[in-house]
Amino acid sequence: MSGISRRKFLKSTVVAGGSAAAAMSSTKSFAMKEFEGYPESMGVLVDLTRCIGCRTCEAACNKEHGLPEPELPFDDFSVFDQVFHEGKQKRRTTEKAYTVVNRYETKAQGAPVYRKLQCFHCSEPACLTSCFVNAYTKTKEGAVIYNADVCVGCRMCMVACPFSMPAYTYDSALHPQIIKCNFCYDNRLTKGKPPACVEACPQEALTFGHRKTLVKTAHERIRSNPDKYVDHVYGETEVGGTSWMYLSSVPFDQAGFNTTLQHHPILDNTKSFLGIVPMVLGIWPALFMGFHLLAKGGKGDKESKDKVEVHGE
Amino acid sequence: MKNFIKEGFKPVDSLNDPDDGHQWSIMQKLLLGLSPKEYFQQLRSNPFNWLLFLIFAVGLPVIVYRYIFGLGSVMHGSFDYPWGLFLGFGLFCMVPLSASGFLLGTTVELFGQKDYKPILNLALLNGLLGYFFAVVFLLVDLGMPWRLYYPMVISWGTAAVLFLVGWHVATYLTVQVLEVSESFFEWIGWPTAKNYIHKGTIGLTVAGIILSTLHQGALGTLLTYAPGKVHPLWYSAEFMWIFFLCSSIFAGLCMVIAVSTIVKKTMSWRCSGEFLDNLDSITIGLAKGASMALVTYLVIKIVGMTHDNLWAYLTTGWGTWYLLEMGLGVVLPIILFSFAIRNKSVGLIRFTAFLTIFGLLLNRLNTVLITFNWNLYQEWPPLLETIISVTIFFLFIVVYRFLLYRLPILYAWKTAPAKVVTPS
Repeated sequence: MSGISRRKFLKSTVVAGGSAAAAMSSTKSFAMKEFEGYPESMGVLVDLTRCIGCRTCEAACNKEHGLPEPELPFDDFSVFDQVFHEGKQKRRTTEKAYTVVNRYETKAQGAPVYRKLQCFHCSEPACLTSCFVNAYTKTKEGAVIYNADVCVGCRMCMVACPFSMPAYTYDSALHPQIIKCNFCYDNRLTKGKPPACVEACPQEALTFGHRKTLVKTAHERIRSNPDKYVDHVYGETEVGGTSWMYLSSVPFDQAGFNTTLQHHPILDNTKSFLGIVPMVLGIWPALFMGFHLLAKGGKGDKESKDKVEVHGE
Repeated sequence: MKNFIKEGFKPVDSLNDPDDGHQWSIMQKLLLGLSPKEYFQQLRSNPFNWLLFLIFAVGLPVIVYRYIFGLGSVMHGSFDYPWGLFLGFGLFCMVPLSASGFLLGTTVELFGQKDYKPILNLALLNGLLGYFFAVVFLLVDLGMPWRLYYPMVISWGTAAVLFLVGWHVATYLTVQVLEVSESFFEWIGWPTAKNYIHKGTIGLTVAGIILSTLHQGALGTLLTYAPGKVHPLWYSAEFMWIFFLCSSIFAGLCMVIAVSTIVKKTMSWRCSGEFLDNLDSITIGLAKGASMALVTYLVIKIVGMTHDNLWAYLTTGWGTWYLLEMGLGVVLPIILFSFAIRNKSVGLIRFTAFLTIFGLLLNRLNTVLITFNWNLYQEWPPLLETIISVTIFFLFIVVYRFLLYRLPILYAWKTAPAKVVTPS
């Protein structure tokens, strides 16, 4: 793999496609009904500049959800040195951990950056829209929750998730299921309480609130400290917006974020095809019956005689 | 089997024993008219059966093992690569290779090209079995296969592309069962049922075209859920469905050429004279169709590359791999096909058909497995997963052969009693 950075590459195409895109977006607003998320949706703003990598959130999550005890205790910071798949991947969410914190050494500044990772709770989640049994729900409080009772186990949601967050209990023969952060929906979110990780954070790196307010808060922080922050709120528009959003002092790709994600919902990618479906269903029968009649031409009678003969052989 | 034929044995091909006129029993039909002893003798004498025995002896226990200890015991259980060979090969490769049913159905029944009639039943059976075994692969891959009917009955995720795939594969499977059931009814001896189904042929064929257009395309659209995970060279938000639909056309046609080649080599005793005599000219015709689809595919792939401006990726390592896939699987077949068609070289056409199938397999595996997560790390299917996939593929071959030996697919059923009934 030689290194064409996708970002650089996109930049070059943006110049060419810019005018066309501008023309398209104006018609787009007429053509499509946009879902802008539930008005009362809650969210969490993660400020990476405040995170010190203490892993308290991981411990709180583990306790809240009664997850199995990890191999290394939560006060063991050697986990930050763990890498997998020949160093290509750091720790990720698993069936035993809804959230993990990773450390990133960055070029720009001396101190490392820590990033907490969990389900982003997208406004228009790809897991939900790709699920053929509707196992996922985006609640009005903003959580993306999963119903194991209808899940068939096709793992399409894992393929579709742009953040590769869902884990799966592959080892269960009888009742395997998707495991992921549920925003502490049942015991906390529905009661207006912040999730366990947010409550536990000693640094106030995690801010819980209405998503709309958090977007304003985030931009406010950037405005008052333009030197400290990268001028971007990760999750504000990525894949159509997410309930969990991030602020960072280093470019997001250096903190392990995928910065090549599209800025409209994943669902949009399938819309052009899904639009064809009713057309094919509507047009094909008459079209191909027409072809058939044309192919038969005037010899329809003769053919039916042929058929009788075939049967009578 | 060939030895029996040499000795003057004639396999069952009609309702009644031509010697004494009594009806064949089901058992006799199943044994092709051989005595049980003779039947097992021919089973034993075929070395291919020993290979099958070996594969199943290893593979079937592994499948049982998977159901007892869960998917994690045979797959790598990666959260980043949720799909492995079962879907990557079993679903994404078997389905396009089974497009033969609707293609030949359209040609013969709809467009009235009776020249292709001798191969129609083979194409229909190939379609049916391919889909059926894609579902078998699915049953191995699903976490809870006993919930396979959930998207049909329990809970509808109507916005999902997979919902469409599930429903279409299920309905299309039904359509294909009905299409092939004509041969079955003939064999079992229910001509009324056969004629009843036959009346619906056109309806079934049109349903086949609709369902195939949509779900072949839908398989491609499934991958548009994962932009960035699928390598840009194999990805197109707009054209994924038409890439998959178009490639299924040449894949389905080449599969018919390939299977008919194998059939001609290994079980010519079962083929009617009509089938064998016309096979060469049919093969040339199929190759013409396949090369048209190949050229179209090449054109739309180039359009797709231009649309997304992917040229710069061609100079990367993945780009070389992509060019290899397109070169071996698309460009070379186009050249070989046109050369072979012009010179009426059926042998070269057959070779090219196998090459094209290889190209298609490479394309689907590249899209779903090999270049998937190209930014991340590479994950290879572990041994047990491969063993299961091979086992199921050979199960496919065994069932295929079982049906070809018996049902009037390659030969015409001699309907002797009909003569008595119709006074003409």
